[in-house]
Amino acid sequence: MSEHAIELTVNGHCHATRVEARTSLGEFLRDGLGYTGTHLACEHGVCGACTVMIDGRAMRSCLMLAVQADGAEVTTVEGLAEADGTLHPVQQALKDNFGLQCGFCTPGVAITMACVTRDNAGVEAPRMEDALTTAMSGHICRCTGYQGIRRAIRQLAGAST
Amino acid sequence: MNVQAKSVGAVRYVGTRQPRKEDARLLTGRGQFTDDVRMPGMLHIAFVRSAVARGRIVSIDLDAAREMPGVQAIYTQADLAAVPVQMLSFFFTNIESPVTLLADGRVACVGDPIAMVIAESRAQAEDAVSLVEVVVEEETPLVTIADAKTGAPVHPDRDDNIAAEMGDEDALEAIQPLLDGAAHVVSTRIRHQRIAPSPMEGRACAASPDGAEEMTVWMGCQSPHLAARYLAQALGMPTGAIRVVARDVGGGFGLKNIPWREEVAVVVAAKLLRRPVKWIEDRFESLTASSHAREQDVSLSLALDEGGRFQAAWCDYACNNGAWPMGEDANIAVHMFMWPAYKLPAYGFITRGWYTNTMGLGGYRGPWAMESLVRETLLEKAARKIGIDPVELRRRNLVYLTDQPHTSSMGIPVEDITPGECLEKLMANIDYAGFRREQAEARKEGRDLGIGFATYIEPTGSAGSMAPMTGETVQLRIEPTGKVVAMLSTHSQGHGTATTMAQVIAEQLGVAYEDIAVYEGDSAIGAFSPGAAGSRQGVIAGGATWRAAEMLADKVKVVAAHLSNASVETVTIEGGMVHIAGAPEMSRSIREIAEIAYGEPGRLPEGAATGLEAQYRYQPPPMTMTSAAHCCMVEVSAETGFVKILRWISAEDCGTVINPGVVEGQIAGGLAQAIGQVLLEDMPYDARGNPLAATFKDYLMPSISDVPDFEYLHANTPSQTIGGMRGVGEGGAIVGPPTLVNAIADALAPFGEIDELVLPLTPARVLDVIEQRDVSGTRAHLDGADVAAVVEETNPAEVVAPVMAAGIDGDWNMVLKTPMGPQEMVAHFDADGAVVSGYLQAPEGRQDFSGGTLSGSQVKFEMKVEKPMKITLKYDLQFDGDTVSGKCKMGMFGSATVTGERV
Ligand code: FES
Ligand code: FES
Repeated sequence: MSEHAIELTVNGHCHATRVEARTSLGEFLRDGLGYTGTHLACEHGVCGACTVMIDGRAMRSCLMLAVQADGAEVTTVEGLAEADGTLHPVQQALKDNFGLQCGFCTPGVAITMACVTRDNAGVEAPRMEDALTTAMSGHICRCTGYQGIRRAIRQLAGAST
Repeated sequence: MNVQAKSVGAVRYVGTRQPRKEDARLLTGRGQFTDDVRMPGMLHIAFVRSAVARGRIVSIDLDAAREMPGVQAIYTQADLAAVPVQMLSFFFTNIESPVTLLADGRVACVGDPIAMVIAESRAQAEDAVSLVEVVVEEETPLVTIADAKTGAPVHPDRDDNIAAEMGDEDALEAIQPLLDGAAHVVSTRIRHQRIAPSPMEGRACAASPDGAEEMTVWMGCQSPHLAARYLAQALGMPTGAIRVVARDVGGGFGLKNIPWREEVAVVVAAKLLRRPVKWIEDRFESLTASSHAREQDVSLSLALDEGGRFQAAWCDYACNNGAWPMGEDANIAVHMFMWPAYKLPAYGFITRGWYTNTMGLGGYRGPWAMESLVRETLLEKAARKIGIDPVELRRRNLVYLTDQPHTSSMGIPVEDITPGECLEKLMANIDYAGFRREQAEARKEGRDLGIGFATYIEPTGSAGSMAPMTGETVQLRIEPTGKVVAMLSTHSQGHGTATTMAQVIAEQLGVAYEDIAVYEGDSAIGAFSPGAAGSRQGVIAGGATWRAAEMLADKVKVVAAHLSNASVETVTIEGGMVHIAGAPEMSRSIREIAEIAYGEPGRLPEGAATGLEAQYRYQPPPMTMTSAAHCCMVEVSAETGFVKILRWISAEDCGTVINPGVVEGQIAGGLAQAIGQVLLEDMPYDARGNPLAATFKDYLMPSISDVPDFEYLHANTPSQTIGGMRGVGEGGAIVGPPTLVNAIADALAPFGEIDELVLPLTPARVLDVIEQRDVSGTRAHLDGADVAAVVEETNPAEVVAPVMAAGIDGDWNMVLKTPMGPQEMVAHFDADGAVVSGYLQAPEGRQDFSGGTLSGSQVKFEMKVEKPMKITLKYDLQFDGDTVSGKCKMGMFGSATVTGERV
């Protein structure tokens, strides 16, 4: 297997290392760099659990190779909250609304929500709700029946206007 | 029991939506799931699995794989056999099929593990797996229940493919005349598809050999205590040698009730290799090689009188156990819990589990849920047939509180169930007549709306009747810092037990919720409990926590009273402060009391123990019943067959609600799984035994757009447990499926009945009803498959026994093989001509019998027992020289074989 030198920023920290060409970004973040907050639940691009932010966009880290992230700025769920521990609004909304149970799908859910709320900042509540719900259709949660996630969406939508 | 009256602190925590203690770490990526565990030198495991459903292994060529970089070891069953293993069921009884960790000379299903490769990285292990060459002499597999009835035994050492059987064939003789003579008889048949439990985190296990014999195991499980006990017993290791840690687990749903072949193999590999190893199941394995659930074929007939009152019912139940079930299962619970909520005078059944060449059967939320699905869907079918409203039909037959105590026709006593009351609460909160008007209007416009109901009860918090179903322990202490630490026997795979238990402690102890730290998820903490199994933790651990916190509060009060020279009755604790009535200047913080209790023993009352600790193990009543009534409204598109769920209202009675957010979360999660079962999820097999849903693109999990907003009504009838809780973990998955099916059937009523319910109800299957033809091809497929089913079963020829020469008098060592495991006993017989008397002596005691008969070498006698239920045991034994064999009919528990020899 060929190895390649890559350099990327994860949650504000710079990492320069070598990685096998075939290693997925998700595996690399977890095993190579120790950001185990990113979860791999299907590795087929279906469930959304592995979603991370790459240069500001929500991407499935199981469908992307680590080498493709060379030079990228990556945010994982570990990087969402403020340095002082204040939760990101999407984390707070999920917490307020029982949006998680086992928490395995949650990192991906939170990252996607963070991207969608930022991209749609300022839009009217119904549009924000719509954008978030549509985005959530790409995430599978086995535990919650999506009830708390939907309530969190409404809370975020309500707060956006 | 009145919750209000028992409250100690003024601040109410029980009944409030406290934010979850678990969330802080899970939301920030700081949980610890098994795959997050890494140790220096840890190796990674990947399994070589069978691509063939059935056959003899001719050869396994490991040479090429061994050459691969990073490969440290490759094990087959021949290697693992160095460590003796006895696989066990959830009940800690031996598995009957010849299950080994890896395939032992034969494969019996696709996905059967054949070898395990251990390498420096997961990728290297998978590379090597792809180079292992396995040659199998393929045989024709048995895939369906119909195949199993006629095909050669899946396990060559067994006589047939019946994995388990219960029920009394004779009962049909009594039931049939009631069916024949009834004003109405309605029947239904349900073919429930195979479900892949699919927790978002698949199975996972890491093991590290520590010390001389100790092993630390991280495992995705539902109880680290149960997992540790299982591993120790299965591997013949001292219990203390195994420590299981499961900080965070990404969903269990019954699949992770017990460690199974792969997890045990991981531990054995660590033992053999003396290196830390880890196996993380991938999604392909999780879907195709983790234990499956359901796959049942069930027929139910119900007789009703002119007024729609239930008279009698007969059920024929079959389920596909696959090749290696986690416990051979004929699902007796389906029959036990089908009718206690209804007045039904007579019920009979035959129930069987069948071995096939498919992945084995495991646990899944509400394993006996078929009782509600088949009963409630048949009930609404009956309502349509007779022309009675489905709600009214329930009202005529439900057991209301005023009808209790009531004992079901199978001897299940109920005294505080509220399915009828839940139904009334539901009806008071929906505009039923309004919906019917709206439905009629919509029909005129060509839109098809439907409404469906279901009522049910569920045994929760079971303890004391089965080996793993025990009480729960709580160890509680106030630290010298005044903070509270709780060590629990519970486990959360999303249940939020740290949250709910902390709420109980906060309220009972009078401290702030934030000041309580809860530890669970480690077999070194707390004490034995099966964790999340059977909707029990809120009930039993809740009760244990409730009492332990009261005990600790009492201790604080005694110390405070002594310090202030006041009487104990005047002391109250609130918000972490200890107050003396009428003496506000004497208030002290709990911290101050704790500092004294630990550090200044001289200031404590005479003889009082130092520190502030309490421990309580709660043994609740054997069973606590939960009841519910649900209603769902749908719109079905006659053009596409798509079902849109418009509303879903749940009225459940889970007694004291500790945290409505958690309770509703449990109901919602179960309902989402119910929606998946009814509309989406399916793990089909082809005729060669290949599982056909290998990714989440094929196995359709409910997404946010498939699940509506659920509405909740809580009836809060306290149970008889400490705290008054009732279990709520499985209810949604049990009552959900019939609710939705009934709504769809109601929408489809103008087009026709769903004659035979084949799940999932895909749009094409809905169109089968709408267009009254086989749009989906299901009928053609099933008719093909059923051909095998009509072939008569052949019974082995009766063996004629020789007449006993040596006589039967004296003592015999006998073993009775019951569903709960083998029971050993000594039987004593005295024959007086053709009349036999004697006794059976077991560790639990001795019981006499008389009036038995001897004819030739056959002895028959009866014995009434009270435990676990009132039943009459009917023995039918054949004596042959110094050996005896035969059967014991155990009422509804079916027949057990008896073997023995002269003492
Ligand atoms: S793990 Fe990447 S989408 Fe499922
Ligand atoms: S919280 Fe368990 S999968 Fe979403």
